[in-house]
Amino acid sequence: MSHLDTELKYLKEELIDMHRLVRLQVSKCKDALVGFDNDLAREVLATERRVNALELKIDRDCENILALFNPVAIDLRFVLAALKINSNLERIGDNAESIARYVMDVTEPFPLEFIKKYEISEMADIALSMLDDAMQALEQEDTAASRKIFMKDDLLDAINKKATDTTILLMESKNNRPLHFLNLLSIVRKIERIGDQTKNISEEIIFYIEAKVLRHGGEDR
Amino acid sequence: MNKIETANVNLHYGDFHALKGITMSIQENSVTALIGPSGCGKSTYLRLFNRMNDLISNVEITGDVLVEGKDIYERGVDVDELRKKVGMVFQKPNPFPKTIYENVAYGLRVNGIKDKAFIEERVERSLHQAALWEEVKDKLKKSAFELSGGQQQRLCIARALAIEPTVLLMDEPASALDPLSTAKIEELIYELKNKYTIIIVTHNMQQAGRVSDRTAFFYMGELIEMDETKMIFTNPKNLRTQNYITGRFG
Repeated sequence: MSHLDTELKYLKEELIDMHRLVRLQVSKCKDALVGFDNDLAREVLATERRVNALELKIDRDCENILALFNPVAIDLRFVLAALKINSNLERIGDNAESIARYVMDVTEPFPLEFIKKYEISEMADIALSMLDDAMQALEQEDTAASRKIFMKDDLLDAINKKATDTTILLMESKNNRPLHFLNLLSIVRKIERIGDQTKNISEEIIFYIEAKVLRHGGEDR
Repeated sequence: MNKIETANVNLHYGDFHALKGITMSIQENSVTALIGPSGCGKSTYLRLFNRMNDLISNVEITGDVLVEGKDIYERGVDVDELRKKVGMVFQKPNPFPKTIYENVAYGLRVNGIKDKAFIEERVERSLHQAALWEEVKDKLKKSAFELSGGQQQRLCIARALAIEPTVLLMDEPASALDPLSTAKIEELIYELKNKYTIIIVTHNMQQAGRVSDRTAFFYMGELIEMDETKMIFTNPKNLRTQNYITGRFG
């Protein structure tokens, strides 16, 4: 294995570690929300510092590889993709942290019936499954797994679209709890963002493996 | 641990002040790249460590040059012994007009070793270390000149390794080679640093980036900056270093 190969392998391992950590953050914030578990939410907030530190480390490693090895072709695409995947993972971590903060900040649990109405559990499960696909795509250079993500993102978008109507309906009902509704609507938006960021990761994986640019509808999926 | 240290080394070729007060430490089992424009003193500095500069008339050297803690310019130092410890590989491959086998065995023979089995074992080991064995094992009795330029250079590295030096000096070892042979030499340097302290002079900055742990930038006989290679190539402290590595002068 050449020196550059060793560095690239190490970078990929770091990226996979980051991905695992962020996936765990999303999974914990879902459990914290549904189970109204303050301790778990606090854990997500504490772990966010590790996510940030790992982002900086991966950024630095990418910078060093670019400066020292001048990679080309697939190696260059991998480092460029790694920079963007890293940044998207960090933002997913930020969104998980924000959701955990909602759990910490409200004084009473979100009633489960509202969580159900907003389909938050379903959204979180879809987002987690997208993250799993992205992990498989990255680990095994499997662009078919990457492409599964696009369809799942459409599902999240559809639920997200319904959320405004759901809020209006709930506000018009007898059981009006505006603060809860607004918080839950924000949470829906954040999970939708997690979906978008995972989709970005998927596009970067396809760029790295197939040299295709899918962003902004650039090429056919 | 520092394998090599220089303190306030000045070197004059007659009136020309080629090295100006160079103080540097080089760690054991590491690769140090010396970079800088032509005439900056990097090759002169490299040749301090096996006293190659002694061969040039009118040279005057002051300051301390320590290899493994001993001043190699002290009176009474055995230069032949020093050169066993400090091997050198030059810009152009320079095999002897002998067989591949004899090229590697040469250093052992001139050092009085006659044990055939010992020589055979050492030749094979050195060719392995130089990543050349697989390519030459069936033609050891053929002339070294039958090898390609890249193979000849690896043969010269094997020849240097055969006498088991601890320091390896390389003066632009890949500048006369094609890109594939260059890549092989660079990988070899990366492998060898586990066992040897390597100092390499190179004009190719990407090469310095790829192979070295630390990089020293020389300019007009002065050591301008020395740091971890990744620092030199991402955030050099001195503007002259930045201008040189970004190709803005030199």
